[in-house]
Amino acid sequence: MSRYLVTIGLETHVQLKTATKMFCGCSLRFGAEPNTNVCPVCLGYPGALPVMNREAVRLTVVSGLMLGCGINRHSTFDRKNYFYPDMSKDYQISQNTHPLCVGGGVTIRMPEGERRVRINHIHLEEDAAKINHYARHSGVDFNRCGTPLMEIVSEPDLSSPDEAMAYLQALKQILLYAGVSECNLEEGNMRSDVNISVRPEGQETLGTKVEIKNMNTFKGIYAALEYEIARQLAAVSRGGVIVQETRRWEPDLGETQPMRSKENAHDYRYFPEPDLVPVSLDEALVAEWRAALPELPAARRERMVAEYGIPEYDAGVLADAKENADFFEAAARQCGKGLGKTVSNWFMTEVMRLLSEGGRTIAECALTPEALAELVALVDSRVINGPTAKELLPELFASGGMPGALVKARGLGQVSDVSALEGLVEQALAANPKSAEDYRAGKKAAAGFLVGQVMKLSKGKADPQLVGRLVAEKLAGQA
Amino acid sequence: MDIASLTVCEAAEGLRKRAFSSVELTRSVLDAIGAKDGELNAYLSVDAEGALRQAAEADAARAAGADGALLGVPVAVKDLINVDGQPCTCASKILEGYTSAYDATVSARLRAAGAVFAGRTNMDEFAMGSSTEGSAFKVTRNPHDVTRVPGGSSGGSAAAVAGGEALAALGTDTGGSIRQPAAFCGCVGLKPSYGRVSRYGVTAYASSLDQVGPMTRTVEDAAVLLQALAGRDPRDGTTLDVPVPDYRAALKGGLKGLRIGLPKEYYIEGTDPEVMACVRRAVDACAAAGAEVVEVSLPHTEYAIAVYYIVATAEASANLARFDGVRYGHRTASPESVFELYAKSRAEGFGTEVKRRIILGTYVLSSGYYDAYYGRAQKVRTLIRRDYAEAFKRCDVMMTPVAPTAAYRIGEACDDPLKMYLGDIFTVPANLAGLCGLSVPCGRTAAGLPVGLQVLGPAFGEETVLRAAYAYEREVRS
Repeated sequence: MSRYLVTIGLETHVQLKTATKMFCGCSLRFGAEPNTNVCPVCLGYPGALPVMNREAVRLTVVSGLMLGCGINRHSTFDRKNYFYPDMSKDYQISQNTHPLCVGGGVTIRMPEGERRVRINHIHLEEDAAKINHYARHSGVDFNRCGTPLMEIVSEPDLSSPDEAMAYLQALKQILLYAGVSECNLEEGNMRSDVNISVRPEGQETLGTKVEIKNMNTFKGIYAALEYEIARQLAAVSRGGVIVQETRRWEPDLGETQPMRSKENAHDYRYFPEPDLVPVSLDEALVAEWRAALPELPAARRERMVAEYGIPEYDAGVLADAKENADFFEAAARQCGKGLGKTVSNWFMTEVMRLLSEGGRTIAECALTPEALAELVALVDSRVINGPTAKELLPELFASGGMPGALVKARGLGQVSDVSALEGLVEQALAANPKSAEDYRAGKKAAAGFLVGQVMKLSKGKADPQLVGRLVAEKLAGQA
Repeated sequence: MDIASLTVCEAAEGLRKRAFSSVELTRSVLDAIGAKDGELNAYLSVDAEGALRQAAEADAARAAGADGALLGVPVAVKDLINVDGQPCTCASKILEGYTSAYDATVSARLRAAGAVFAGRTNMDEFAMGSSTEGSAFKVTRNPHDVTRVPGGSSGGSAAAVAGGEALAALGTDTGGSIRQPAAFCGCVGLKPSYGRVSRYGVTAYASSLDQVGPMTRTVEDAAVLLQALAGRDPRDGTTLDVPVPDYRAALKGGLKGLRIGLPKEYYIEGTDPEVMACVRRAVDACAAAGAEVVEVSLPHTEYAIAVYYIVATAEASANLARFDGVRYGHRTASPESVFELYAKSRAEGFGTEVKRRIILGTYVLSSGYYDAYYGRAQKVRTLIRRDYAEAFKRCDVMMTPVAPTAAYRIGEACDDPLKMYLGDIFTVPANLAGLCGLSVPCGRTAAGLPVGLQVLGPAFGEETVLRAAYAYEREVRS
């Protein structure tokens, strides 16, 4: 049996983070009562006209610049005609011939190495309304209708569900870095349709393409791709043919199913939108946007290694989510030179553990970068010890506040007074003569036990390093 | 004195001098409608209560010291322009019972100027037609001969102004729909340049061609209304940020030294000889009054009708898609599926001519035909635009007939759509090229039917067009 190659391309729709809709002044607040963020324009009332949202244009161009696209200085909008209850005008304003961005790509990191996935183009359009289905009827919520929607169309450069995931993760990361979208999948900020085909190894031309819609999560896309690849491979290996069609992913059944032919056979009759003048972007404006671009994740990793002296691994983990990297950098800057690695350690162990336990993001907890910086500084200057700091962290997480104030109010400062600690060391030795004997007999680990006992006697407040030195001296002196 | 038959400027003067109040003026217009509209059918609906309330407000504002060229002046509005709270049926069954939820920009501007909205005028359904016979509700009659059409699609507005039922009215012109009914009814109709007046709130027929304009009894009144309507509107991205001149001040320039172009392609066989004679007489009189007459050429004129019926129907096929029975308007009873909801609601709601144009427009945009029709039409449109740009290097305005004939009999042209389409031959090119054009009465046929003289100007050349028309109307026309 011959081997088959899989070819995948993605069309990713990203809702842009603007205050208002694409062509009217309606708010884009998520979760509002149905049909409350609406007006004559987004409801398609007779006579209403669209007005271009300049911010949506800017965010699309910024995305294009982040993804290495060329920017069309002269860009036009078109009407895509089709009847559906989620379209208030029964045409969608989109871009067919002169999109804002062309070319570009996303670098994905696979076990076998890095690879560039090319982007064909990015165009700007308006989102449709949301249809809710009930037992006996359906309802249309036009709050979403007219949301600025950027469509990023990849070249068919992907060859497995894993690569598709890597592409989407990398894309999402860059868009979050660009600050153009919340990329919140639960709220439908980022949705992808996929095109997929298979062909025997050695065949130049691509196999017949099938489009799959209706995946709401990355997991869904992965599952749909796996299912569809298996379905197509089974068909062709039986000698069957693949029909060019659009299929819908049915998450409950875990399979793709053909969409009705009426939904399939579209002639969109694109033509230039006469209500909008073409968008002209002068060079100076694009240059200005380019100069203000945020860093890409890869550049940030490199910079963080150089600037804070942290290992590449740490930089990779921290830069993964922009908000984590922002938090780390704010804390590390406050701590100053030499403490970057310490801040990174605290963030990557304690903070990330608390985040994953609580199932929250850094933005959703009360801990501030200033508080973490102060905590690290308190340990570094030996005002408190590590265990005390670890105990304080959950509280700072839940309720906020500054650790310095908590230490003061509760008298948590560590005991570094030699005379006070010497008394405790003697107390411990007296209570554990066996341990002292073991130590002298060569069991050096016994010293650790004794240090622990002193810490216990100090109610955890003793400076553990100082206690260690005192215990060692005492045992040596007794010898 | 029949104050309903005053011009807008005369009425404003009377209001200013307290010769009568806006309530009295409005009541007299409402009385005229009551007396005459049973025969003329110019209006689809009249808002007597709302109009009298607005009139009382205008009187109160005047008493408090306000003034303005339109303060307290009643106007009629073509039934596709939204006026908040009033019907807006577009003379179509599909919007029967529909109430506007907002003011069009032109309505808001008239409202701000203190104008009174008397009622909604009849039209060809969705402005598709040239006789107003395409209304789903009634046939408007020409005040000069009630067996004849008033022209269209703004036939109701023209008949109301000419028939003494309105001092002034708003119309829309996509291919001649202001100028041709103005000519048929013997009033003044001005189509502004594309981008001069906001289209926001004006139910779209063909978005790249539609313009709102005034229909009045005099050229001066047209200038006064245009003054209120014109200017950039942030809600309509196709309006241009060109300063709005003082149109009334521009009227007084006279004809001396004005270069009048006669496009030879407009002076052709096939135009009614009586119509042509009136137009020629008007041009000769202008020349006698000091204008310079030059022949110009617009070589692509013969393609204008074909281009128009491709571009306009293509845009219409998308613009009218929203009338689907889902959110508002006519919805068929108990559809079996969403597709049946669309198909039946639209089949029941739209009239024959509207369906014909939607089908035509859908066809010219469809896959495989786009390049041959829509794509090519856009190219020819560019050539037509260039023709005018070239010709206007040699003249300041052009003078032509408005239509090949005077008003024809009701029923005469309805069963031959092509014949009716060809009646737009002299008006359509101005829309394709984005020019301004005005129709001013220039005599009558032996049967007493009015004939219109079309004065065309370059884009944003309204001042010159108004100046030429005003001089002709005041100084030359006998």
